[in-house]
Parts: sequence; structure tokens; C-alpha cells
Amino acid sequence: MRLEYFEMIDRVTVLDRETKRIEAQSTVPQESPVFEGHFPGHPLVPGVLLTETMAQASGYLVLGLMDFTHMPFLMAVDKARFRTFVGPGTVLTVSAQLEHEGSGYAVTKARIAVEGKAICDAELRFRIMPFPEGMDELMRAQGRRIGLLTENADA
Amino acid sequence: MSSTYETVAGIISETADIPREQITPESHAIDDLGIDSLAFLDIAFAIDKAFGIKLPLEQWTQEVNEGKAPAEEYFVLKNLVARIDALVAAKNA
Repeated sequence: MRLEYFEMIDRVTVLDRETKRIEAQSTVPQESPVFEGHFPGHPLVPGVLLTETMAQASGYLVLGLMDFTHMPFLMAVDKARFRTFVGPGTVLTVSAQLEHEGSGYAVTKARIAVEGKAICDAELRFRIMPFPEGMDELMRAQGRRIGLLTENADA
Repeated sequence: MSSTYETVAGIISETADIPREQITPESHAIDDLGIDSLAFLDIAFAIDKAFGIKLPLEQWTQEVNEGKAPAEEYFVLKNLVARIDALVAAKNA
């Protein structure tokens, strides 16, 4: 994870096309400018960045299922719950399940867990749009970086 | 009006925070009720869930943008309800 660059997903471990589910791993860095303010002397990952982490896992799920033909953009966050604190060095398991594939939009349920213990969860909605010009190859490169486009990730 | 209309009007009222009494079968979702495209996706999700269908919004939008169909055909409530009834009938056929 590089919080200040919004690179929230380290590695995709599962992309199951049949059940329409993704699982990924991310490790919270020991040091980040984010922790200087949130909070001084008591570093915690902000809930908004945990939400972003769930959104990115969901986004990669949609990208993978659609074979990178369209780009999902976050449009709604519902029922978000933050159940416990997350500090530096924590290894997160991020998962997302496609709940509904609409016309031009998608809905996921996503969660983050640490060693099986629930950290947070939310229902997320995405607008599905054609890629802005030049963005598709950049997203594919990102997909390769995190293992989304390798055979290992295609369960 | 039909139960489909009542369900759709209820969804629009709740999702877009529009008083129920402002919504009529002749209401244009965009022009009369001021629903923007993002809010309409919320409504589409609720309609998809309520009726177990998939509103073909992308196709409708494309047809309107290309001048192949007037927006009223899809976004006036009585017409939207007719489309939903047709999609439900097709699903159950």
C-alpha cells in the first residue's frame, strides 16, 4: 500500500469469474505522511482510505470480469461500517463480490478483514463507462503490477 | 394506475427525495422531476432489484443521443412503466 499515492491494493490473490469475487492482499506501511495528521502520535488508517481500498478491490473485480473493456468509477457508498482500528504494518485481506451488474453500472459488496476478523464493509456502486482516452493501457499496466492479469489470479 | 407505477413512483420518491404527490404518470423524470443521470442510476438499481430485470439504460441513452428515439419514450413515467412491464413479461415468458 502506498497511501499517499492511492495505491491501495498490493496483490490480487483470487479473481473468480464464476462466483464473481475478488480477493487481494495489502499491507499498511509502517510510515506515511497520512499518519502525521491521522492522528499525531496515534497512527490509524483513515476510514476514507479503507473505503478507497474496498472501492479499488471492487473496481479491479469489475475490470477483470469485463476484461478491461470499460472503466468503473465509484458513484455511491452505502452501509459503510468501520468495526475496528487499523494501524501501521497491518496485513489486510480485501474482498469484493459483484452483487448486481446493471446497464452502465455495477454494485459490489466489499469487506476488509485481518486474520479473519472483520475490519470494515460497505456496499459500493460504480458507473461503468468507456475508458477515457489512453487510460486503458495504464490500467492494464496497473493490473499486471498487482497480478490481476496473470494466470495465477484467474481462478 | 398499475402496481408497477405505484412501485416506480415510490422508488423515485424515496431515492430522489421527491414528494410523492409531485410525481404523476405524465412526469418526465429529467425535465419535470429534475433527476440527473447519476440519480437515475440509483433509481435503475432499485427498479432492477424490485422487478428482477435489467433496465437497458445504456441502449436507451444511446438511442436518445443519436436521435433515434425521443427521451420521452423512456423517461416519462407512464412510458417507463410500460417498458418495465414489457421487460417483466419477457422475463416470465
